[in-house]
Amino acid sequence: MTLLAWLPFEWVVAFKFLKEGKIQTSFIVVGISIGVAVIVFMSALLTGMQANFVNRVLTGQAHIQLLVHKEFARPLFTQPGVLEVPTLQIPLQRFKSIDQWPGVVNDLKQMLEVKVVSPAITGSALITRGNASRSVSVIGMIPELYFQIIPLPEKIIHGQALINSESILIGIELANDMGVGIGDKLRMSTANGAVNTLKVTGIFDLGNKGANTRNAFVAFRSAQSMFGLIGGASVIDLTLHDVYAAEIIAQKLEQRTGLQVDSWIKTNEQFFTAVKAQTTANTAIRMFVGLSVGFGIASVLVVTVVQRSREIGILRAMGITRGQILRIFLLQGSILGLTGALLGSGIGGAALMLWQKFQRNADGTVMFDLSFDTRLLTQTLILATLTGLLAALAPAMRASRLDPVVAIRG
Amino acid sequence: MMDTNTIAQNTNSAVLELSGICKSFNINEPNEIEILHGIGLRLEAGQFCSVIGPSGSGKSTLLNIVGLLERPTHGSLKICGQETVSLSDKGLTHLRAHKIGFVFQYHYLLSAFSAIENVMMPMFADAGFVSEAMKERAADLLASVGLTPWLDYPATHLSGGQQQRVAVARALAMKPALILADEPTGNLDSKSADSVFELLQTVCSEQGTTVLFVTHNPLLSAKCEKTIEVIDGNIK
Repeated sequence: MTLLAWLPFEWVVAFKFLKEGKIQTSFIVVGISIGVAVIVFMSALLTGMQANFVNRVLTGQAHIQLLVHKEFARPLFTQPGVLEVPTLQIPLQRFKSIDQWPGVVNDLKQMLEVKVVSPAITGSALITRGNASRSVSVIGMIPELYFQIIPLPEKIIHGQALINSESILIGIELANDMGVGIGDKLRMSTANGAVNTLKVTGIFDLGNKGANTRNAFVAFRSAQSMFGLIGGASVIDLTLHDVYAAEIIAQKLEQRTGLQVDSWIKTNEQFFTAVKAQTTANTAIRMFVGLSVGFGIASVLVVTVVQRSREIGILRAMGITRGQILRIFLLQGSILGLTGALLGSGIGGAALMLWQKFQRNADGTVMFDLSFDTRLLTQTLILATLTGLLAALAPAMRASRLDPVVAIRG
Repeated sequence: MMDTNTIAQNTNSAVLELSGICKSFNINEPNEIEILHGIGLRLEAGQFCSVIGPSGSGKSTLLNIVGLLERPTHGSLKICGQETVSLSDKGLTHLRAHKIGFVFQYHYLLSAFSAIENVMMPMFADAGFVSEAMKERAADLLASVGLTPWLDYPATHLSGGQQQRVAVARALAMKPALILADEPTGNLDSKSADSVFELLQTVCSEQGTTVLFVTHNPLLSAKCEKTIEVIDGNIK
């Protein structure tokens, strides 16, 4: 008892009982550990995967984008349910500016939820050099603002993120297709007949072949003149302090501005459906692992109560109260839960490190960063201890209610 | 509540008083059976009383009732002057912890603990934490039963006689006024049986502890100051 001398009576007896039943205790602790390790590993993997995706998406996309509503033809009815004309022709979408966009930008800047507001112009253009030509999506932006939303300078692999009225930034795939390097010139023409010659000042890699082929960045004013929107802006990009509030804020903005407002959550709906399915599956796995851990602890303690019924009887004869017996068995459940959780967290952590070491991208880089979240660890420890406590409740009550005479008689 | 030592010093006070104790099982059922029929008994401090009788006569039931492990159906049971029939389960547990020591036919030592830890157990459970005074008292008790060299031995590593002596020391840990011994020598060889019996006699004579000693051994019962015989639930 020397080592346990500072502990209360119930703790000492609980520890001694567990220590004496070494094999039983070891088996159930290993069982709990495996369960907890699975939970820790899966949760960290899922969290890491989601965080990685969100990070990737949000480094190439604004949290919210405000656009002009598409034009559509309104049907004309002669009387309710009867159309004036039998067919409706879908109108051509004109390239136009957001009405009073500087006012909208100022209004958005006042919102506490909004971090950065960046007006821009996006449109299609044809890039030619010699006989080669490619259609691209041109984004005309103000670098000081836009780079706070999309950190393009971080993606530049050749040259620099220099934007002025005569420069253009293109992706690595487009540069290869057109056979251009830094300092080379490209000819850009738009649907309204505007033509401009621009010098390549930077080549970027967005980590996506399509994006590297399609996108080109020019100065805001260059885009305004190229697309015939002098003084206009076709989109307003926003970043928020809370990325996950994007959809709610987007709906609010739609009502407030009357514009079409798309959040990154809406444009990546499929991803969120997948995340939801993964989270549901993970919760179900957690629940079933928790149940099997609980039943494992309960079954071991039920056996212990039967095995120790005489000892419980003699303890009761010595004057030990029902409450003390109850606490001894509840503590055993909690200790099993906590020990298994600690060991399981260690195993889960080791499995995560191994996963990160061996599961790599084709180029040898880390697939995505996995962080051993202390909140997840704390939650797991508390939950496992509570599971142990709850699982021990029935056996503990049974032990405390044992009739000492019957227990001693066996 | 009177202190145990006060009772031990006052040889005129009754440690145990039973009157009209009846015990029935399966009450209000077709197979209702009365095991004890109005038992009366009075034991003073320092008395050594043996209980004899054939198997099934009600000796163990009487001992369980006296030990507050079972409640009588009728009658009055006083321990150190305190009526116990109306006490709650908590009150009975408290009285059992402080006034009564048990020695059973089998030692029932806790196998996870050493000899000294087993002796400390009732004191530890009562106080909640271990103290130096407890350790000293447990060591003294084990010394008095001749087990000083085996203090830290696991209970399971001791011989049957040694284990029963540890059980006697454990029964004495809380300085009880009454020791209930249910055939404590039944599983021992004659030498060990004599040793345990002498130990209880010494406790009785030197510490003034009252001992109620159930035995089937007529030689041992003959050595007792008082003997009662239980036959068919009555004292003869």
